[in-house]
Formats: sequence, C-alpha cells, structure tokens
Amino acid sequence: MYSNAVWRKGLRKPNQPAVRPSGWQLFNHNRLARLGMWIFVCCTVLACLAPILPIPDPNATALVHRLAKPWLIQWFFGDMVQNPPVFEGWLGTDHLGRDLLSRVLWGTQISLLVGGSATLVAALIGSLLGLVAGFWGGRIDNLLMRGIDMLMAFPYILLALAIVAVLGAGLMNALFAIAIVNIPFFARNVRGVTLGVVRQPFVEAAQLVGKNRWQTLCTDVLPNVMPTIVITMATTLGWMILETAGLSFLGLGAQPPQADLGSMLGEGRKLLFTAPHVSIIPGLIIFILVMSINLIGDGIRDVLDPRLKSGVMGRPAAATNIRCNREADEFARPEVQGLIVNQLQTEFQLGHATYQAVNNVSLTLEAGECLGLVGESGSGKSVLALSIARLVPSPPGCIVHGQVWQDTQDLLSIPLAQLQHIRGNKVAYVFQDPATALHPMLTVGSQLVEAIRAHRPISYRQAWQQAVNWLERVQIPNPGQRVHSYPYQLSGGMRQRVVIAMALINQPKVLIADEPTTALDVTVQAQILKLLKQLQQDTKAALLFITHDFGVVTTLCERIAVMYAGQIVEMGYTTDVLNHPAHPYTHQLIKCIPKLGGEGALATIDGLPPAMNALPPGCHFAPRCPWAETRCKESTMTLKAISNSHWVRCCKPL
Amino acid sequence: MMLTYIIHRLIAIIPVLLGLSLIVFLVMAMIPGDPATAILGNFATPENVARLNQQLGLDKSLAEQYVIWLNNVIQGDWGRSFTLNRPVLDEVLERFQATLILAGAAWLLCSVFGLLAGIIAAIRQFSWVDKIITFVVLVGISMPAFWLGLLLIMLFAVQWQWFPASGMYAIYGGGDIGDLLKHLLLPALTLSIVAMGVVARLTRSAMLEVLRLDYIRTARAKGLTERRVIFLHAFKSSLVNVIPVMAIQAGFVLGGAVYIETVFQWPGIGRMLVNAIATRDILLVQGGVLMVACTYVLFNLGADVAQHALDPRLSSRNRI
Repeated sequence: MYSNAVWRKGLRKPNQPAVRPSGWQLFNHNRLARLGMWIFVCCTVLACLAPILPIPDPNATALVHRLAKPWLIQWFFGDMVQNPPVFEGWLGTDHLGRDLLSRVLWGTQISLLVGGSATLVAALIGSLLGLVAGFWGGRIDNLLMRGIDMLMAFPYILLALAIVAVLGAGLMNALFAIAIVNIPFFARNVRGVTLGVVRQPFVEAAQLVGKNRWQTLCTDVLPNVMPTIVITMATTLGWMILETAGLSFLGLGAQPPQADLGSMLGEGRKLLFTAPHVSIIPGLIIFILVMSINLIGDGIRDVLDPRLKSGVMGRPAAATNIRCNREADEFARPEVQGLIVNQLQTEFQLGHATYQAVNNVSLTLEAGECLGLVGESGSGKSVLALSIARLVPSPPGCIVHGQVWQDTQDLLSIPLAQLQHIRGNKVAYVFQDPATALHPMLTVGSQLVEAIRAHRPISYRQAWQQAVNWLERVQIPNPGQRVHSYPYQLSGGMRQRVVIAMALINQPKVLIADEPTTALDVTVQAQILKLLKQLQQDTKAALLFITHDFGVVTTLCERIAVMYAGQIVEMGYTTDVLNHPAHPYTHQLIKCIPKLGGEGALATIDGLPPAMNALPPGCHFAPRCPWAETRCKESTMTLKAISNSHWVRCCKPL
Repeated sequence: MMLTYIIHRLIAIIPVLLGLSLIVFLVMAMIPGDPATAILGNFATPENVARLNQQLGLDKSLAEQYVIWLNNVIQGDWGRSFTLNRPVLDEVLERFQATLILAGAAWLLCSVFGLLAGIIAAIRQFSWVDKIITFVVLVGISMPAFWLGLLLIMLFAVQWQWFPASGMYAIYGGGDIGDLLKHLLLPALTLSIVAMGVVARLTRSAMLEVLRLDYIRTARAKGLTERRVIFLHAFKSSLVNVIPVMAIQAGFVLGGAVYIETVFQWPGIGRMLVNAIATRDILLVQGGVLMVACTYVLFNLGADVAQHALDPRLSSRNRI
C-alpha cells in the first residue's frame, strides 16, 4: 500500500469537521446504483400490479391473433398498404395468441418471487451453517466445511440439474435446487467473516459478562456478520434469477400453463426464425432485471464494504506527473557533479484539497558526499526522496515546480525512457521496509539479474555471477545458495542487504536511502549502517540518507538538512548544526533526543505539525515556536546563510 | 518439491472423489419410486418386481449397494441406459468429448480475453477504455447466456449466415478441423461471455491492488520498463489471486454447457443430461454428472498446482 503509506503518514486530515454520510446518502450518490434502483423498483411495481392492470388474461388463447408482432415494430416496419398495422397488444402475441405484455408481467412476478425466495432460503440456511461453523469451530466446523467442500466440488449448475432430476421438474423443485446449490457460497463467506469477528476482544468480553453462546451469537456476532450476508444476497440475487430462468428454459422449472420469463424464452426458442419477438422480449426483461439488480448489488457492496470497492484510488503511474511551465533559463546547468535539487515542489491533490508535501526545496549533493535529511514523520522527507526519480505515486502526487539535476540532466524534463535509464543505473534507492520492497514470487537472484540487465547488455549467466558476487559483498553468507532463495526465506536484515545490493549493483552515482534501518532491530541496524557507509565509500556514490534519528546522522553524514512542513529549515555541517542549532525547531528536536542517564521527563515539542493543506502563513513553525514574534507569522521566511556553510530559515536565528 | 506436492494433492483428492461419488449415489438413491416398477411398467406382478429388485441388488442395504455400485463404476461398468439401450460409459465418453471441446474453447476464450481486458482496464484506469470494458463486463454478467446464444444465432447464422446455427459438424462434407472451428465459434463465445466478465472484473481489481504495492515501486526504481513492471511483476502477483476464480469458471463453463448445448444443438453431455432427465433415465444422469464432476475436481487440482508453482510462499506454508 505504498501510495497510502506515503501520503497518509505525512499528511494529516484537513482541519474540517468530518461528517460521515449515511449509508443511504452514499448509495444515492452512486449514479449507477441509483439507476439500477429505479429500474428495479419500476419492474417490481409493474409486476406486482399485474393483477389489477387493464391487461388481458395471460393464459387466454386466441389462435386467430397468434404471433402478432409488437405494435411499435408493426408501426415502424409494416408497409401501410398490404399489411396495415393491427393493434394486437403492445408487445404482440405468442404462438397461442396470448398477450405477451401480460405474460411478461406475470412472468416477471414469478421470476422475482422464485429468485427472491431462493436467495432467502440459501441466505438463511447458508448463513446459519456459516455462523455455527465459524463460531463453534473445532469438530463442528470441520465436519460442516468438509460437507460444503464436497458440494462445491460439483459445478453448481450440474448439481442443480441432478437435484431437479431427483425431485422432478417443477417451479418449486427448481427453487429448492437453486437454493441448495447456493448454500455453500453463503456458508463459506459467512464462516470466513465469523472467524474474524470471533477473534475480536468484544466477543470474549461478552462471554465474560455472562452471556451464553446463543446470546453472544445473536447480539455480538450476528450484527457484525450482517453486512456480509446482505452483500452476498445483493450480489447473488441476480444469479439466482438467471439460474431459475435457465432451469425453466430447459423445461425443468415452471410447467405450462404457468410461465416465468425463462420458460417463455424456452417456448419462444422454437419460433426463433418466424417470430423472434416471442423469445427476445422475455430475455430482454431478464437482462434488464438482472442488470439493475447487479448495479444495486455493487452499490450496496461499495457502501457496506468499501474495501471491496475496486479502484477507489488511482493506480500510480510509471512516473510522477509534472505540471509546471518548464523555464529552461531559470536555472543554468550546474557545474557540480552530483545531484542538485532546485526549488522542488510536490503536491498531493485529494478531492478539492491540495497538500503541499514538498515546498520549494533546494539542496546539493556532491559526488562521494553523504547528506543526512532529518525531520519528523510527515515532514516531507520521503516525498522529497521519491520526487527525485519521479517515483511519487501519481495520482494523487504531482510535481509542480523545480528541477532535479543529475550531472547534466534534468530528471524532471526528460522523457520516461530516459528516466528509466537513469533509475537504478545513476540514481538508486534503498527503501524503508525490506519486507515489502522485494517481489515475493521472484528469487533474489532473478531480481538482481533483472536490475543489471535493465541497464547493461550482458548475458544472463554473467549477470547471475555478478549477482552472487554482490550478495557476497553485502556479506550474505553462502551467496551461491542464497541467490536461489525467495525473499520470504530470508530474515529482515538479509533482505535489506539484498535491497542494498540491488541498489548498488549498477554502481549508481546517487544513492537515496529512505530510513533503511527503521524496520530492523537495533543490532542489525548498526551492521547495515556500517555496510552502507563502506559500500558508499567504495563506489564513490553520493548518499542522501533520510532518517529521523540524529544518532545515525552523526556517524554517517558530513552534512545535514532539517526538514519541517515540507521545507528545509536548516542546513549545514553536521557538527555545526548539532552543536550550534540556529533554528528553533532544530534546537527543540535535538533537545528531544533521550540521553542515557539523563534526568527528568523526556522533552517534547508542543503542538502538532501543521496540516499540509492549511499551512500557516509566515514561518510554518511559528505556532509551536516559543520564541515566535508577530513578524514570524507575517513575513515569508527564506533560507538565509548565517555562515558560508550554514543556512537557516528563521528571521531571528538562535 | 513440486513433484511431492503434486503427489500429495493427488492422494488428497481420493477422499474428495469418494465423497463426490457418495453424493451422486445418494442423490440418485433418493429418487422416489421403485426402479423395478419403472422398468417393468405399472402392470408388473409383485413376484417379477421382487425378482428384478434382487437382480439389481436393490434388496441389499444402502451401504452394500454403494460398495457394489462403486466397485462397478471403478471397473467401468456404469450401467446401461434404457432409453439408448447402450452402456452408459460409452455414451458418456462419446458425449463428453464434444463437451470438452466446447467448454475447453470457452474456458480458453474467457481466460485469455478476461485477463487481457482486466489488465488493460487496470492500466488505463478511469480512461474511456476502462469505462467501456467495465460496462461490457456488467452487460455480459447480467445476460442470460442462452438468450445471448439465440441473439447470436439470429444475427450471425440467420441474418448474415456467417456461421452455422447448430451442430458440431456439417452433415455433408464436413468433419475437418475448419468445419469444427466454424461450428464452435458461436457456442464457445456465448458460453465464455459470463466467465469472461467475471475474470476481467477480478483481474482488474487484483491488478489495481498489486500496482500500489511497495515492490512495484522497487521495480520501477530499478529502471525496468513499464511493460516489464506490469506484465511480469504486477501480473504475476495478480495471477495468484485470479487462478482460483479461473478454476471456478471452468466449473461454470462445464455446467453452463447444458444451456448452450441445448441452444446450439451441440451433441455434448449437457444436452444428453437434459434429455435423460426428461426421460428419467437415471443411470445416464448419474454417469454424466459423475463424469463432469470428476473432471472439475481434476481441474481444481491443476489450478492448485499452478498457484503453488507461481507462489513459492504457499508451499512453504503447507509444509508446516
């Protein structure tokens, strides 16, 4: 969930009261679901009104008027002279001269009744089985589920056929058959959810309070399982109607003279060539009915279980969108070898709110140098790091201003193909969590080989050998064997070594490490840091090291940049910044470092970082700054040099 | 390691097949009425009925009957169809070939196009292509397949006469593979539409889910081309979630063949079943159901094996 992680972590909810819309409002907001609702209501009302509508008896035959075409079709396509249109009912008549409109309405009624009843029966029995199996567990669960598995071993239409074969053709038997074959489906879904609910603490609490099992089941478990039951019902009702229609179509459901939509279609099939309308119309009604039910079902699912909603969020594109007018002259090509970030601005657009995650950041990183980027969670460090190779998930991310120079190329203005040539080759990343950074279904070796061969035209065998060599370089024991391992077979520290090997395997000019040790335990952290430092010195790469840990920065980095609310607030040599912090934020942050054997409570910074869509004017830190004056809250702060290697964004540096 | 897994699974399906046969046996044994009377007619003497019952083994207990029946089934004696007057197994095997061709073609269509549509919809999320695919999928899964078959016959067989309306081979001069394909296209397409929609829907959401994961970002950070990121990294992970659904769809096309074979007059097992139910030829129904269900079980086995071959984590979890 990386796009989630990246922006959720840093960007707080906007400062507005959140009113949770009711389920009905949400449902009603979904245009398609609303449309489905209307169609379904219309069909149902018409079908229910069939007995009192002024239409002929559905079973009254009139052979004289047989196979009359629908009125509108006659009217449009009939030639007026030889075959003047004759009104024989709005939808015409069938082979016995029965009025089709009337039959369709009555048939819809039957189809809805049978489909609905089958759904209810299946839901009732299936949910009960699922609840019991999930709640009682143990042998009951085992027994029930084995039986269910057995039923599911049949293709379900076939099972329905077998049941009808036993019970004999007929509408009620078709209803039972359809209900029975759908029971396993409900039972499985409900059991799965019940298992999850039963493990929740509140169920244990209910039992401790002294409720017996049935009470707990009804008052605590059932309400939490209910949404699943409703979703399953809503999404299967359409199927049930289709399946009943299918059985009737085969002549195994409704028996004449009773007719549901399926059996009408089955009868009409014999007249397909002479009077297609007799079979087309009932089919069309089934189609419309089922489609409206499916639309409603999807709507209900989205409301009750938003996790299942497919594609709520955009998928991240290959590279972050860039939306700014590129002014080439604005910044001359730099003479420095390394990485230069100039006035970079990255935003996230969520709904109508714009979150400024990175706000006008400039920094320089020379070859072989190590720069530490420090800040609280959510200060924009990760977004800044990802912006460099345009890896910010987009949508919602968007780079709106700035340049990123790697040697002589501006990474933000080159086409994707060129950017892909730079990624992993000139600019490489080590990510925070090695557990999720590697593809779980590819071997370590193939992922390393892939990284090499994306940039260098060497044979698979050669690349494989290099992969083994690199695993050895990152001190993985037994690399010849480990190269065949899948990530899940390695420990967290090992995985991070693999990730580091993967980043350095093409000897990049710039290495960006985004909190590479945060997810590891302390002893492993030290090893990884040592390794990273050593390899960086060996390969002469420039290292941008992101962390919230001052301790790590002092051992690793010559220079340090402190970020707050998307801006760099202080930058300079590590010793200078740590010993003489000039920005109040840095000062407070350093005070927060717990000291071994120190006395008194742990120092904290009062207040919270500002919401990134509502940054305070002036200095963003002013609301939390004990030294703030009125001018701090009014004038915009710029990064000013206080010595030739120390910059600070404050109008009265300490 | 894969081999041991396959062997384990093969052993594990034996109880499933036994349970399956038990269900089929019990369902058929539940049929009301006396088979002997059904065969001999209503005017048979009680002595004759008793004698036939003894001959058929119906005077024994249900458990004994099951053992005898199972033994016969394993030895290839599936009984004799009284309507067709030939051994059930012969008829079932012959019909099953036709169904396998139809269902297999439909399953291939639904897999290939379902996966493709799902991937395209996912990588072009919110574009008009995505909207069109989503709409077509909705229409596809809401349509009664047999009705779609009728519409296709009316358009392509009657109106334009591009394809034959029914049967498996032309009556005169047919019989080659081209002729078969020509007859196959419409029914296979009809049968696959619903399954295709289900596969496409699931593939789309699985792809969208995976494309947000960290390791996709890693793949991009490595400088891989977008094609490789999507078709290797993302698709491989999504496929693990899609495979079980594809297996379910195999069951769906095998069962759905009943309708489509009826509509297109395809000489498969589905149409045989419908006729057998109408004439109450119970042994034939039994044989047909057993055959299709066993195939489905084997298919599910194949899906499990494929899933494990793709995702090494699953096998490690199973070994405990």
